[in-house]
Amino acid sequence: MDTDSSGRTTLFDSVDDVVTRLADVGYLASTAVATTVFLADRLGKPLLVEGPAGVGKTELARAVAEATSAGLVRLQCYEGIDEARALYEWNHAKQLLRIQASQGEEWDATRDDVFSEEFLLTRPLLTAIRRTEPTVLLVDETDKADVEVEGLLLEVLGDFQVTVPELGTITASQRPFTLLTSNATRELSEALKRRCLFLHLDFPDAELERRIVASRVPQLPEALAEQLVRIIGVLRGLDLRKAPSVSETIDWARTLVALGLDTLDDDAVRASLGVVLKHRSDMVKASSELRLN
Amino acid sequence: MADTPARGLPAHLVDFVQALRRHHVDVGPGETVDAAAVMAELDLLRREQLREGLAAALLRRSGQRQTFDALFDLWFPLGQGAALGEVALPYAEDGSVDVDALRDLLAQLLADGDTAALTELARAVVDGLGAISVGNGNGSGAGGSGTGKDGAAGTPSGFSSYQALNSVRPETLLARVLADLRSRGEGGEAESPFAEEVARRQTRARIAEFRRMVQSETARRGSEIRGREAAARTGVRRQAEQTDFLSAGADTLADLRRRVAPLGRHLATRLAARRRRAHRGAIDMRRTLRRSMSTGGVPVNLVHRRPRPGRPELVLLCDVSGSVAGFSHFTMMLVQALREQFSRIRIFCFVDGCVEVTDLFTPGADLGDVLTEVHSRPGLVAWSGHSDYGRAFDRFAERWPDAVTDRTSLLVLGDARTNHQDPALGVLSGVVARARHAHWLNPEPEKQWGTGDSAAREYGRIMPMHECRTAAQLAGVVGGLLPV
Repeated sequence: MDTDSSGRTTLFDSVDDVVTRLADVGYLASTAVATTVFLADRLGKPLLVEGPAGVGKTELARAVAEATSAGLVRLQCYEGIDEARALYEWNHAKQLLRIQASQGEEWDATRDDVFSEEFLLTRPLLTAIRRTEPTVLLVDETDKADVEVEGLLLEVLGDFQVTVPELGTITASQRPFTLLTSNATRELSEALKRRCLFLHLDFPDAELERRIVASRVPQLPEALAEQLVRIIGVLRGLDLRKAPSVSETIDWARTLVALGLDTLDDDAVRASLGVVLKHRSDMVKASSELRLN
Repeated sequence: MADTPARGLPAHLVDFVQALRRHHVDVGPGETVDAAAVMAELDLLRREQLREGLAAALLRRSGQRQTFDALFDLWFPLGQGAALGEVALPYAEDGSVDVDALRDLLAQLLADGDTAALTELARAVVDGLGAISVGNGNGSGAGGSGTGKDGAAGTPSGFSSYQALNSVRPETLLARVLADLRSRGEGGEAESPFAEEVARRQTRARIAEFRRMVQSETARRGSEIRGREAAARTGVRRQAEQTDFLSAGADTLADLRRRVAPLGRHLATRLAARRRRAHRGAIDMRRTLRRSMSTGGVPVNLVHRRPRPGRPELVLLCDVSGSVAGFSHFTMMLVQALREQFSRIRIFCFVDGCVEVTDLFTPGADLGDVLTEVHSRPGLVAWSGHSDYGRAFDRFAERWPDAVTDRTSLLVLGDARTNHQDPALGVLSGVVARARHAHWLNPEPEKQWGTGDSAAREYGRIMPMHECRTAAQLAGVVGGLLPV
């Protein structure tokens, strides 16, 4: 770990350093991924990762955390998530108990007491800011959250500080490495995007995917892996409802190993295609276009 | 404060950003500053890292990447001149390029799938075969630059990917590459149709890739001669969202289709959110009291009754004649995505007759098949096969008088070109009067409305008409119009 000119600690030395260290923890990064991770770290900006499901967006955050031996704090967004779930909340029940237990005490003392650290429930965003150890903050599926939460994120990710009226402003002692993921079910606001570096994570090229399969499913013979990646590439070229992603490639490889198949002939493909294609209409289309009947 | 740099790297970056803006990629000054910070952090000699780094700082959505890449290649070119690598063109004894040997080499590289070597070959092909010399015809341009690669024969006046690809004809190599691949298979056993099909598609993709390499290399060499501004103006394709439906080429259409598909999902989420927020129901006493148990009987959080979702009806009238084919395809994609949002959606298609096609839009149905099916429906074409709006509206009002009620939103899609037939304004205004909302989406630019046989102005007086030329406009219009 190094420090840059402004005294801030940085996690990586160079883009190549990112590649090697991520590879050590089992994440094979493309140039695009490695470069943006490096820059997000150096410039101290959050990284917004967009892309289809199953290309390894969440996995990237986990890998960065593991490679830099930082703690991973995860905020899973969903419809209706609010400040109380994302930032902090006062523990009402405990406060009431405290008030009831201190019958007869001065009001001032009680008031100061019930709004203290003890009654504060920290949620992921505040947790990440208060941590003193190196931290990776993952805001997962940002597009699922409502627009109001984006405003909250803007404030927090802008200067990494949170104001709790009763306690004062809490500023991050060191900026967490922040990663936001999005499946692009809706456009995130321009203001949020402007504060982030943007990475569109797409399906890897054949060469990289082959290496991914080899590292994740080492039992699979090399020739078979190559054939498998080739078929996946062709399937992605078809106009399917849900194109197979990297995780499906790995699943397929595992399936072949589990079934003990050593060649990928027509019967094997027909039997295991369901692992890769999740819609019936896609199965029908793939079988007819690739003459699998 | 330092002077504004007029030259050097900062000025070059600003120049690049301005080119992006000219191609409808909105880059703010903040992003430009980020990009400068990126350049300061990265090793500028690693071109791919610089490309990804600048993309991360400057782009905000994935559809912009193609434009960015094309402009990046122009502003941060790989090098000047031929930039030849290890793969060289084979030359015949008389100094001209040996096309047969070249094709052998290409077939072999395609079979290997060696991307790096293919890139180098593409560069060599453009250098050797793509040059257009000033005085000579293109025929000798190929041979001429063969002998004088170092410029002895005079500098070429331009480069043509058409000329380069025309002599190599990579498409015709498909069968050969496949045969080559087959012979490499173990034991020479006959391949199954499936394996054969996979190999064919993969080879076809590689050939297309090679064509793209040649084209981008041509753009790079051409920009050295014509200047990059000129190359950027003509050589960089528009973003899919900004492309006109009616004038899109085949590959843009495919691109556009991929962009439109998620639009339906975007709209559906937006509608759902708007509906959720539209109004809250009355306070639910039972659940409020229940929840107050956790706060010692003090009702801190009020619970509201959920409003019953009123699902609106939608009736769609689509012109599917040849003139608006591209457009209706996209609208139907959107409609299909929105199906689940509406309790009742009815889809009618017309040319000069009118048919109901609602039953064809089952979830997951392939749109290509649906459209073929639509065109084979009896009744769609009643007379000539040229669109006749008046006759179609007549038929619609007569055959399905109960389709449009006071709960219905009516959407008409078409260019309003009636081929000089009676527009049947009376019939349409009768239908519109009955509907709750009515809107017309027109894929033609607004300034062409009312010209020639267009009855857009007349129809526009009956119901509001919206210009809907690009995917971006389509999403905006549909998102704004759809009732909650």
